[in-house]
Amino acid sequence: MKAFLILEDGHVFTGTSIGASGEVISEIVFNTSMTGYLEVLTDPSYAGQAVTMTYPLIGNYGICSSDMESKRPWVDGLIVRELSRLPSNFRSETTIQQFLTEHGIPGIAGIDTRALTRILRESGTMNGMITTEEDFSLPEVLPRIKAYRAGRVVERVTCQEAYTLPGEGFRVALLDLGAKQNISRSLHQRGCQVTVYPAATSAQEILSVHPDGIMLSNGPGDPKECVSIIEEIKTLYQTDIPIFAICLGHQLLALATGADTYKLKYGHRGGNHPVRDLETGNVYISSQNHGYAVDAKSLDPSVAVPAFENVNDRTNEGLRYVGKNIFTVQFHPEACPGPQDSGYLFDRFLKMMEVKKHA
Amino acid sequence: MPKNPDIKKVLVLGSGPIVIGQAAEFDYAGTQACRSLKEEGIEVVLLNSNPATIMTDKDIADHVYIEPLTVEVVEQLILKEQPDSVLPTLGGQAGLNLAMELEERGFLKEHKVRLIGTTSETIKKAEDRLEFKSTMEKIGEPVAASLVVETVEDGLAFTNQIGYPVVLRPAYTLGGSGGGIAHNQEELEEILANGLRLSRVGQVLVERCIAGWKEIEYEVMRDGAGNCITVCNMENIDPVGVHTGDSIVVAPSQTLGDKEYQMLRTSALNIISELNITGGCNVQYALHPESFEYCVIEVNPRVSRSSALASKATGYPIARVAAKIAIGYTLDEIPNAITGQTFASFEPMLDYCVVKLPRLPFDKFISAKRTLTTQMKATGEVMSICDSFEGALMKAIRSLEQHVDSLLSYDFSQLSREELIKKLAIVDDRRIWLIAEAVRKGISYEEIHEITKIDIWFIDKIAILTEMEEALRTQKLTSELLKEAKRMEFPDAVIARLTGKTEDQIRSMRYGEGITAAYKMVDTCAAEFAASTPYYYSVFGSENEAVKTEGRKKVLVLGSGPIRIGQGIEFDFCSVHCTWAFAKEGYETIIVNNNPETVSTDFDIADKLYFEPLTPEDVESIVNLEHPDGAVVQFGGQTAIKLTEALMKMGVPILGTSAENVDAAEDRELFDQILEECEIPRPKGHTVYTAEEAKRAARELGYPVLVRPSYVLGGQGMQIAIGDEDVEEFIGIINRIAQEHPILVDKYLQGKEIEVDAVCDGEDILIPGIMEHIERAGIHSGDSISVYPAKSISHKVKATIEEYTRRLARSLHVIGLINIQFIAVDEEVYVIEVNPRSSRTVPYISKVTGIPIVPLAAKVILDHKLRDLGYTPGLQPEADYYAVKMPVFSFEKIRGADISLGPEMKSTGECLGIAGTFHEALYKAFLGAGIRLPKHKNMIITVRNEDKEEAVELAKHFEALGYRIYATKGTARALLEADVSVRLTRKLEQESPNILDLILGHKIDLVIDTPSQGVEHSHDGFVIRRNAIETGVNVLTAIDTAKALLTSLEHTDSEALTLIDIAKI
Repeated sequence: MKAFLILEDGHVFTGTSIGASGEVISEIVFNTSMTGYLEVLTDPSYAGQAVTMTYPLIGNYGICSSDMESKRPWVDGLIVRELSRLPSNFRSETTIQQFLTEHGIPGIAGIDTRALTRILRESGTMNGMITTEEDFSLPEVLPRIKAYRAGRVVERVTCQEAYTLPGEGFRVALLDLGAKQNISRSLHQRGCQVTVYPAATSAQEILSVHPDGIMLSNGPGDPKECVSIIEEIKTLYQTDIPIFAICLGHQLLALATGADTYKLKYGHRGGNHPVRDLETGNVYISSQNHGYAVDAKSLDPSVAVPAFENVNDRTNEGLRYVGKNIFTVQFHPEACPGPQDSGYLFDRFLKMMEVKKHA
Repeated sequence: MPKNPDIKKVLVLGSGPIVIGQAAEFDYAGTQACRSLKEEGIEVVLLNSNPATIMTDKDIADHVYIEPLTVEVVEQLILKEQPDSVLPTLGGQAGLNLAMELEERGFLKEHKVRLIGTTSETIKKAEDRLEFKSTMEKIGEPVAASLVVETVEDGLAFTNQIGYPVVLRPAYTLGGSGGGIAHNQEELEEILANGLRLSRVGQVLVERCIAGWKEIEYEVMRDGAGNCITVCNMENIDPVGVHTGDSIVVAPSQTLGDKEYQMLRTSALNIISELNITGGCNVQYALHPESFEYCVIEVNPRVSRSSALASKATGYPIARVAAKIAIGYTLDEIPNAITGQTFASFEPMLDYCVVKLPRLPFDKFISAKRTLTTQMKATGEVMSICDSFEGALMKAIRSLEQHVDSLLSYDFSQLSREELIKKLAIVDDRRIWLIAEAVRKGISYEEIHEITKIDIWFIDKIAILTEMEEALRTQKLTSELLKEAKRMEFPDAVIARLTGKTEDQIRSMRYGEGITAAYKMVDTCAAEFAASTPYYYSVFGSENEAVKTEGRKKVLVLGSGPIRIGQGIEFDFCSVHCTWAFAKEGYETIIVNNNPETVSTDFDIADKLYFEPLTPEDVESIVNLEHPDGAVVQFGGQTAIKLTEALMKMGVPILGTSAENVDAAEDRELFDQILEECEIPRPKGHTVYTAEEAKRAARELGYPVLVRPSYVLGGQGMQIAIGDEDVEEFIGIINRIAQEHPILVDKYLQGKEIEVDAVCDGEDILIPGIMEHIERAGIHSGDSISVYPAKSISHKVKATIEEYTRRLARSLHVIGLINIQFIAVDEEVYVIEVNPRSSRTVPYISKVTGIPIVPLAAKVILDHKLRDLGYTPGLQPEADYYAVKMPVFSFEKIRGADISLGPEMKSTGECLGIAGTFHEALYKAFLGAGIRLPKHKNMIITVRNEDKEEAVELAKHFEALGYRIYATKGTARALLEADVSVRLTRKLEQESPNILDLILGHKIDLVIDTPSQGVEHSHDGFVIRRNAIETGVNVLTAIDTAKALLTSLEHTDSEALTLIDIAKI
């Protein structure tokens, strides 16, 4: 079946339908990772977005459900150059086609994804529609595409109820803003007892159990929309409990402490971004997925100072809070997909909790 | 960390002559590194014995020494040039081995010279089997159960513990020399004994066999501050068991999930950190196909063939960055030259698929075993880029220039299912064609996988291609089908064959439907950032990114494709210099080539690089886009010459000598006519088409005769026939290698072989120098020792040569380069071959005369006159030193190849000896080729009857040098009669101890064995020569070569070599 990708600027790509049929409007973004498509599909941070994979051959190793970063895929749509007709991997359980269909995710294959990426790079992230309707009329669909706003995505992706991964070590409260599973797994593997809270949980409730540390997760959407969560984070910030935040959590903490965020032209999505630790000068290759960033110029140096920066475009990649047991990063030390180079940050968080405990 | 200010003068070590396992990739790496150092203001001293390289140009380094790569020479050079640092990591295994020796001798410490780019500890940890294993164990990286042994007995005992099969890997050898898989005790004893001998330290690793696991490679970089990145990972389609140099390789890996990908990536970074590498490193893994279990196979702590491939596959210049790291920079300080806006501390992301195919030499070594093992056999490789695997594979296949253009090119359709299954178990260079046939015959993926262990993902891709063949054969050729076929990169010619149409019909249909190639950019970042470097590959059915530039005049330079015997790195040297010369003249330059190992495919050599197959159709697509003002074909070997006609049809003017005149030199009748007009004699000969005609011609001329196909490379298929049965056999062989051209039968003259390269501007000629071959005519010029200036011909002969060259160049209206081979019999000069194009000797003669003939040729092509360029036409005055070019062979790598020299070229590379006296130059050349005598002072002489007289003379001299001479009956009798003391040894077929035991006893320095001419009727000589080569004994198969060696041994005091800075010539 034919499918079309219509961008809000009027570009139309014709390809083949994959996954569910029908129509979806979403924000179109691209990811440059060469492996890890299942992790991308199931990363809650992609809620409200349709993802183009720049690597042209997708689905080669099928679907290995243990690689899922949440219980279901969150992307609105998948855009690829070519889907492998025969996956091959000892762990593969099914094909990506089957997976998308089962979860009702539409997609399009057979389009020039490099041309699409170049448009997004030049014009910036924009909305688009994937549809199997051949007789669409541009004047009719373009206003609808332009009007699309994701909105309330954190609410959609966060867990409904709190739950706990048992552990003998530090007790960590993880605020699930759309957390990838490898965050709780990384802490759990280090012996932590991790309690995962829905995004709307009040600070009071979290503090009532006196956790050794608080972890703010990644998540989708514009951080400035998370008004009430920011309010709760202000309370968390006032305590002396060690806090480690990733991605959306990092942005929300910055907003909670008076700094500003802004939307990047086309975001950072991939597994090859170099970040510099400003303290040591060392550079790590990181996994990234964000469309917004903290504006380093807006920081009050008495509150927070940059701890990491992106080597390519010098955007902020992490903060250290002055006089606080708090550090936050924009990139993804939990990887999945992507390089595992910054996994040591979880150890740093554990160290902070240890120091605090023995203080 | 910025640049270390203490590093001001660096000695860069090259890798020496091209041999299998150490090829053009090191010229690419070395050239890039030298340029990278020079742009930092560092004074570069270069040492490399290989004159065919670009790195040994005076534009590349400040001081250039083309001297033997021995530790003594390096020490002497350090004393002479006083560099503060030595950079060995760009010179392959040869460079690392030299660094180790220097360090072990304490020389560097003593003279306060620092080793940069690596440390001796790093080299030891990575290369010494024992240290490597314990290092891996320390950081918890798994390696296959193994033991380093120094005796065959220990190897046997260990194998009995872990069980067969086992892999054997000798320490410190190139390209896996002497390695292999042993399935039983007999094989173990044979391979192990051989490996122990070849290892520099007498060690061989005996290892649990993990054949059949996936073979995955990572290219990683690390700087002095400890920052690490991965440039690329690659998956070998051929599982563990085939040397990666002989494997079909795809980048990035295709069948690994993110979990496996990251697991191995993290492992590679842990390894490079533990080894404390500063620069590039290659880590090879075996990954269990059905679990996360893996083993580290090998680490190369230097740039390598794989890193050259990774550089071209990603656009990330590994050698350039490694050189910057060596002088102190960190990755985040080095800009990414492709994007101009990111830094070297990021990981390239590919949005395409890369396939590498090895170029194997079995067309040259017909008797050799085609099986692929852990011992590398490929002489070169091709790479292709496409947005699908199918497309990349199809492009790579036609880039090979081995008469293959699809998965139908080897016809296995006659084989039954059972035969196919049997054949699939044999790993050779035709395996993918065999798999395609197996798929066509309906053999299941599982069954094919079970036998070959090739992942079914790849088998399915091959199946998709065979399905397209079937669709084209059986369905109506609609626009949709044609589009799909082109997306898979089916050439028009193949589509035409399958659809029963003509190629022209397919092309018109394509153009009518707008189905044309588009070009995409290799930008290191999957389009995330705008890139500024025009490095392109083609795809069908996509947006075109290549912009046709306007303004400057444009020239298309056609490269020479994969390195093969007969067409080596020399032609890349010529292509690159031609490109630079045109750029200097204000032209926009466009290179088309498909060889990832070469300098010409570096993204900053030409203004634009199209990484594409060199077929008419592929070139036409580029021409349609770029509309070049002209093309130069005379620098890219036969590959480029073969495109001449097609380019003219496309309306692209051929710059320089016209196509008709190129044809005239190749067409026997036209050429004879020209010779007649010029009053130049040539050996009598005839053009024939059948064996009957050939025999008639031979009888008329009188045996011996030379039989060869026209339009050939490196004497391919050329043989000396001494009787009718030879003629019959040779014609049979020639017809097997798909000849559409006639066959030439010439009278064979034995005389001095002379060669010149000249530049002609249409009026005047310039001959930089005359080269004389040591070996008499009959041995291919590429395999002969060549001496400049010619030393044993008279002034009259030289004048005749100059005059003939002038007449021929004018008569053929040569504009640019011409190469002519002569035979001088006494004072008579005959022309045997004329090539109105660049030749193998161009880099050599340019360097030793200091006359840059490629740039000169480019300038005359652009209408400059030699006189206006400051040159006096004619033969240039001779230099006051001698330069000897010595062929280097890779016979030990090719099991079953006959090493005897003849009209068909067999050498893979060359080295140079240059000195004030002929004898020293000769000595250096032998030394550079790895012939270091004496060791035991034992030698064997066994010659054919015609050579007995000369052998006696030789023997007398060797005896005087203290050699103990062994000979078989016939030769021994001749020697005894001349009062040479000789020990008789039994022939091969006689009982032990015979000649073979003598050779295998490791006490022989040298074997002189001249095979009888014609088809060899005795198998003895072959067995003797093979065994000697595989035992590491020097074997000479021509009396003249032996004489030259003797002369050099008699005349040189090895302690005092004079080192000559070529840059000052």
